Amino acid sequence: MERIPILQMGEFLLVTIQVDMHDQLALTLQDDLSERINRTSARGVLIDISALDMVDSFIGRMIGTISGLSRIMDAQTVLVGMQPAVAITLVELGMTLPGVATALNVERGMKLLRERVENS
Amino acid sequence: MATLHATTVQALQSNKLSLLTTWIESLEASGATRNVKEADLKQQANDFLNTLIAALEQGGSQNVNQENWAETRVLLEKLSHSRALVGQDSQQTASFIFALKGPLFALLQREYAEQPAQLAEQLWEISELLDALGMHTIRTFQKSRELVIKRQQEELLELSTPVVKLWDGVLALPMIGTLDSQRTQVVMESLLQRIVDTGAEIAIIDITGVPTVDTLVAQHLLKTVTAIRLMGADCIISGVRPQIAQTIVHLGLDLQGVVTKANLADALALSLKRLGVTVTKAV
Repeated sequence: MERIPILQMGEFLLVTIQVDMHDQLALTLQDDLSERINRTSARGVLIDISALDMVDSFIGRMIGTISGLSRIMDAQTVLVGMQPAVAITLVELGMTLPGVATALNVERGMKLLRERVENS
Repeated sequence: MATLHATTVQALQSNKLSLLTTWIESLEASGATRNVKEADLKQQANDFLNTLIAALEQGGSQNVNQENWAETRVLLEKLSHSRALVGQDSQQTASFIFALKGPLFALLQREYAEQPAQLAEQLWEISELLDALGMHTIRTFQKSRELVIKRQQEELLELSTPVVKLWDGVLALPMIGTLDSQRTQVVMESLLQRIVDTGAEIAIIDITGVPTVDTLVAQHLLKTVTAIRLMGADCIISGVRPQIAQTIVHLGLDLQGVVTKANLADALALSLKRLGVTVTKAV
């Protein structure tokens, strides 16, 4: 079955979405990620969506959900590399993703994640 | 279908000069000559009469869409285009043709004084013809006007959305004019693209040039701010004038979560602080 890989870097988990997300893939990712956070006691999750050039409301909601569930499991989430078209689409769909931290690229995202983990 | 008699065309030809004088007089009286130079007007009126007579002498159809009227049509198109550019309205442009009716009718009346039946027929024909030409003028005038408006709209759209780099990592977007959905879209796209290209962390939207802020404009602003945040950059709105601040509060708009500053200098100072840059005066 198709899966999105979750990489571990120290106390952080790295998720890079490089294929078109469909609903089942998103649900699998959600399950896998929560299970991995639990197993590795990760403190932070970095989701890179720079290769994602199309979103729908379901994927938008999934991103919000992942952020919410990691927060409950005491892992900070940072979303990086959103494309302009994706950002505009999400805004037009009315999904402003409140509470989700964002950064322009992976480097900045890691910096932000470290800061947030230290402060939490 | 009745046609114009050779006598009519003959009368036109021989009385061309007096026709021209009375026509221009009535044009000036009607005020249709505003912004048009007298020499130009004479030239245009003369050219028009010439092509009109030439087309009539060729005979053939009186349908102005036919081949023999091509020259007249081109002349009128040029005329209405130039009128549109100097800012005349459609009435003034159309009266160029319609003012010819008076002198022409007077001429025909003299010519056919003994034959009332023929007079009526010829009057009707010439009236139809001038109406058709007048309509053509208005139509092309409208087209030229629409072209002018469209071009200006496009220029305005391009002019009003420059994204400028204020500092390494700080972009500014000075907004000028009213914000509507279309403009917000263009602004949002160009700003977001520049953020990706330059990797800027902070974007300042300066609304000093936005005349009014109502609920719709505020909604557009909030959309832009949210999109910028989703991309991972910060957004500051600057240039909130006192009246605008009052309006926003009176309307009960919720700008929470949006950093606002009174002017661009304050916004830049805040961005520099966030970037960890300090600016000091050289002693």
